[in-house]
Amino acid sequence: MVELLGAQIARGVNAREVSAREVAEAFLARAVAVDGRVGAYLTLLAERARAAAARVAARVAAGEQLPLAGVPVAVKDNMCLEGTRTTCGSRILEGWIAPYTATAVARLIEAGAVPIGKTNLDEFAMGSSCENSALGVTRNPYDLERVPGGSSGGSAAAVAAREAAIGLGSDTGGSIREPGAFCNLVGFKPTYGRVSRYGLIAFASSLDQIGPLTRSVEDAALAYDVMSGFDPMDATSIDRPVEPAATGLRTDIGGLRIGLVRQFDTQGLGEEIDEAYDRAYHDLQALGAELVDVTLPTADYGLATYYLIAPAECSSNLARFDGVRYGLRVDGADVREMYDRTRAAGFGPEVKRRILIGTYALSSGYYDAYYVRAQKARTLIARDFDAAFAQCDLIACPAASSPAFRFNAKSDPYSMYLMDYYTIPMSLAGLPALSVPCGWVTPDGGSAPMPLGLQLCAPLFGERLLLGAAHAYERLTRHADAHKPALGEVAPT
Amino acid sequence: MSSEKIDVRYVAELARIALTDEEVDRFGEQLGDLLAHVNALAELDTNAVPATAQVIESRNVTREDSVRPGLEREVVLAQAPSRQGAFFRVPRIIAE
Repeated sequence: MVELLGAQIARGVNAREVSAREVAEAFLARAVAVDGRVGAYLTLLAERARAAAARVAARVAAGEQLPLAGVPVAVKDNMCLEGTRTTCGSRILEGWIAPYTATAVARLIEAGAVPIGKTNLDEFAMGSSCENSALGVTRNPYDLERVPGGSSGGSAAAVAAREAAIGLGSDTGGSIREPGAFCNLVGFKPTYGRVSRYGLIAFASSLDQIGPLTRSVEDAALAYDVMSGFDPMDATSIDRPVEPAATGLRTDIGGLRIGLVRQFDTQGLGEEIDEAYDRAYHDLQALGAELVDVTLPTADYGLATYYLIAPAECSSNLARFDGVRYGLRVDGADVREMYDRTRAAGFGPEVKRRILIGTYALSSGYYDAYYVRAQKARTLIARDFDAAFAQCDLIACPAASSPAFRFNAKSDPYSMYLMDYYTIPMSLAGLPALSVPCGWVTPDGGSAPMPLGLQLCAPLFGERLLLGAAHAYERLTRHADAHKPALGEVAPT
Repeated sequence: MSSEKIDVRYVAELARIALTDEEVDRFGEQLGDLLAHVNALAELDTNAVPATAQVIESRNVTREDSVRPGLEREVVLAQAPSRQGAFFRVPRIIAE
């Protein structure tokens, strides 16, 4: 049962070949059996899942056909689900109960999805390994000594370990695509504004976007179709019709022009990984795509741009955590001391670093030199993509700077930031992009093969083309099927 | 762009985060490293380039100024760290 894809579960439940209740019980049992080793969930929602499954069963019995009938979903714990703990992986929200439900989550549930649990993440979605969570350790199901990626590492690990069929993540600079690559999944970030951010606890508002982590492109398209579209509760949500992506997904990429970014070749990922990506590009060509060289001259400045804009927005967004209305409070002699102590105790080191750099970049005397200059660089990066898409339909490149690495391997903050070198430029330009499994390597003396992700990127609102091309590539290569998660015993440390 | 050392203690005051001496040293070093990287932006000629705050063209969103339901007061106050009746209670704000 837990090996079924979301689309298969929905078909089975709609056809009444299997009940939503049976599906929920199977995935809950799987989570109970393996999550002690994986650590994907911060909160398991057993009773809520059973109640949701019962409602789906009743609707199907009444004749409704639901696009995600009975599909178990794992929800990243920075998205609100009314009546459940929503922590952002932070001490400052450790006991906070969401009083309402995020639009994206509500739409999934309305479409028949069954929430199984809330998943671990880097605190406030700031990180690339899940190691920045204050509330738990999540392990990569393909090698328990390695990280699942981040920040949506809990949702990725849950889906990879068959503890949910679809995971919900949020992507600010790569936080869906990188854990997708690390955990042998499709990780899909739609165009900025396509999916409502209402009820997603904000990190960097001009970049944050919700998207799915799935074991197939079709499942990603199903979840996207359900979640996307205008929401009056999010002023940045785009009021423009969505072209459904899941029906009629293309099965070939013949004739598509796929751009390879020449300067990305100099990143030095290592011979084995370079070869794997060369094979992936060769496969695209063998499948009928025309490969063209494109340049993104300003993309090398993506990291520098991002690490001013995202911290600036985070320093502003996280000002709301002040101990007054909700969350942690540490008392002080006056309100100022209460603020200082609450935020000192409530935020972890990475969140503090980003608030500090953002506060600095926005402070008097530095605003023009840092923040405004970064916003101008952002314009140049977006223009680079415009020029590149005049020559190609899609861009292909790696989804991360390495396969999943071991715990504590990136102790220097900047070495962790480099993981998102390939994903940040697309985020700054707001473009839809996804990671799809493209091969396996056995990195740095490990024994387990680890997956690699190919990133595909389309012009704004090009989701249907993007998902279609990824679907064709997936069907014709089937890299994800080569290995199953190795949920053996954790080696003693 | 400047390459001077960040006054971490001052920035932390602006950000309302109490730091230990050890954190001031560690964050000072780490933020200095990061600034050295982001200073690469000075290489770009951005004089004639407009700033992008958000990539998707969007317009100001307004709605009728009509009453609509929000969260119940009790729901909102239920998670207050400290309350007094219908109010959030906070430590002293104005000195005696």
